[in-house]
Amino acid sequence: MKMTFARLAAALAAVLVSGSVLASGAELQLDKWPAARAKDLAALQNGARLFANYCIGCHSASLVRWNRLQQIGLDDRQIKDFLIFGNQKVGDTIKIAAAPAQQKAWFGKTPPDLSVITRARTSFDYVGTDYLYTLLRGYYRDASSPTGWNNVAYPNIGMPHIFWEAQGPREATIEAIHAHKDEKTGHAGFVKTVTVFDQDGVATRSEPTTATVGREGMTYTFKPLDPARARQFDADAADLVAFLAFITDPSAGTRVRIGVWVMLFLGLFTIVAWRLNAVYWKNVK
Amino acid sequence: MAEQKSQYTGLLGWVDERMPTLMAEYKKHLSEYYAPKNFNVWYIFGGLAITVLAVQIVTGIFLVMNYKPDAALAFASVEYIMRDVPGGWFIRYMHSTGASAFFVVVYLHMFRGLMYGSYRKPRELVWIFGCLIFLSLMGEAFFGYLLPWGQMSYWGAQVIVNLFGAIPLIGPDLAIFIRGDYVIGDATLNRFFAFHVIAIPLVLLGLVVAHILALHDVGSNNPDGVEIKKHKDAAGRPLDGIPFHPYYTVHDIFWTAIFLILFFAVVFFAPEMGGYFLEWNNFIPADPLTTPNHIAPVWYFTPFYSILRATTEQFMIWLAVGTIGMAALVILSIRNAMVRGAVAVGTIVLLLGYFTLDPKFWGVVLMGVSVLIFVPLPWLDHSPARSMRYRPAWHFALLMVWVVAFLWLGYLGTQPPTPAGTLVSQVLTLVYFGFFALMPWWSRMGTFKPVPDRITFVAH
Repeated sequence: MKMTFARLAAALAAVLVSGSVLASGAELQLDKWPAARAKDLAALQNGARLFANYCIGCHSASLVRWNRLQQIGLDDRQIKDFLIFGNQKVGDTIKIAAAPAQQKAWFGKTPPDLSVITRARTSFDYVGTDYLYTLLRGYYRDASSPTGWNNVAYPNIGMPHIFWEAQGPREATIEAIHAHKDEKTGHAGFVKTVTVFDQDGVATRSEPTTATVGREGMTYTFKPLDPARARQFDADAADLVAFLAFITDPSAGTRVRIGVWVMLFLGLFTIVAWRLNAVYWKNVK
Repeated sequence: MAEQKSQYTGLLGWVDERMPTLMAEYKKHLSEYYAPKNFNVWYIFGGLAITVLAVQIVTGIFLVMNYKPDAALAFASVEYIMRDVPGGWFIRYMHSTGASAFFVVVYLHMFRGLMYGSYRKPRELVWIFGCLIFLSLMGEAFFGYLLPWGQMSYWGAQVIVNLFGAIPLIGPDLAIFIRGDYVIGDATLNRFFAFHVIAIPLVLLGLVVAHILALHDVGSNNPDGVEIKKHKDAAGRPLDGIPFHPYYTVHDIFWTAIFLILFFAVVFFAPEMGGYFLEWNNFIPADPLTTPNHIAPVWYFTPFYSILRATTEQFMIWLAVGTIGMAALVILSIRNAMVRGAVAVGTIVLLLGYFTLDPKFWGVVLMGVSVLIFVPLPWLDHSPARSMRYRPAWHFALLMVWVVAFLWLGYLGTQPPTPAGTLVSQVLTLVYFGFFALMPWWSRMGTFKPVPDRITFVAH
């Protein structure tokens, strides 16, 4: 029984103030995905095009049927002519030829199926769409990694930067804050290191300095060498995430539309039920 | 045997002559079941629980039409329902929201009972059937949660079934017996499916019938906690009662409409409910080789899960102190030498167990006790007044402290364990159990207000 009341009170206060901060460790800075794209048919169709051209080489979406894309304004003919490779039918699900075992050997990890990916990547700390939007745009050259690429949202990611030509060359500056304990003095604190990766992935690392922030974390900035191309890619990435959000939850639009009518009906029904109740109870004394 | 001439005409008369039970039961349970007329909004949750039960059964039937209880197909079949079955998303979201809604209404229904002393004599059986319904509901929810075969389904089941492994001697074999395999697998999924769609629903329905029959035999309690059957008119009808139908049916229709607005707002606009009703990790197919960073049960289990996690080796000392204190209190309060001896022996056995068996086992025991502790409530409460309205204000304050402890344990159970969180949950665990364990003493203390002879009712 080493617990003192002071410790107990301190613990109670700590939990009251910041339950969630205690829970999550190092926080990741995520960019906000422009959610308006989810309702923009042109954006969704562009997302579908990018998805078919870039993603399904490695990633399946085996719970999604091709003809589900009718919902984003494409007809069977367009789906067959522009999106499907090989001899799949429009009623088939989006499967891929690569065998998972081979993929695991190539990338160290089987590329995940993308059918429900924006939901699967959501957590209590962030939304899956923001995560994927940051991930797709978070690649930088890193000569020390096996693929030559690294990612701020997913350090040491196995997936290479598929969109490197679309995004154009960039320089990355990464500030990392780590908990640090001095070996000699035993003093515990936080140190900051700044690493600059040039467009070829050669890193220049600063000496660790004492950090003013008392928490582990990472911030980053990118300097595009071709800003116009990078901006265009930001728009494409947003469209692709919109498409992934669509295939994750294709009923979302219908759901909300019907929901409004259901609420209106229930609202009216409640008023009727309320008056009916009042009529019956009027004479109860 | 002479044929009985029915008082009804037409088709009803024809049926009544052949099956008088129908109208007799209709009268007994609806049109001539006299309920106190002073019910407030806390009395809607029993009816709502039946509504949700109906929603779960109907949506469940449609889900089973397309669901595949097979480890290789289950995850995809759920998404198939959500995408390719017409209206499937609606059915599935109603079922998943219904699971959480069931616990919301049942918790509020139980709180009503605690507040107005609905478990007190002569309603002990109503209460015990209710506790068994709650237990079955937890089983139903647990078995059902494995079926989508996501990561959280899989690892949640793994964690809970492994708890049985903590039981001394038979534990490990018991865990294998439950799973039907060395890990959660296809065999486990199939048997959980059988429990979820047949075994537990049958038990649940039987218990609901028993709960309502037992209630209608003794009559409903009310916010004043007085017996309406004490004052009857010449025809034997309680003066403060009112026929359930139509008065409480119209009343319940109104409140059901309000409930449905909330329920369908979740179904249509936020079916995941921020990751609390449908957990995000459960959108990743079950993978026996990848353990998620943080395994948390669904929100309605987290208070009990917190109690399990609070039971660490260090907590055993607290528990021992609490047990000794309780034993001392019982021995000082009861003059019977036999009882005193039994309590003393029992305490020594418990204390030996605390420090020889794995604390994890005691965590499982405490979690079980935390659910079952509601059962003896009718015998723990010695208050002269049933309803909190006529009990000292601090009795209600104590109840609210317990409610806060319950909710806070629930919150901590959703979070990854931290040293501070564990400490807090240990304090809250003691509050949780202390409330019940000390009830025989505190419930008769304080100044009670005079309980009225008749109910208080203000006409609407």
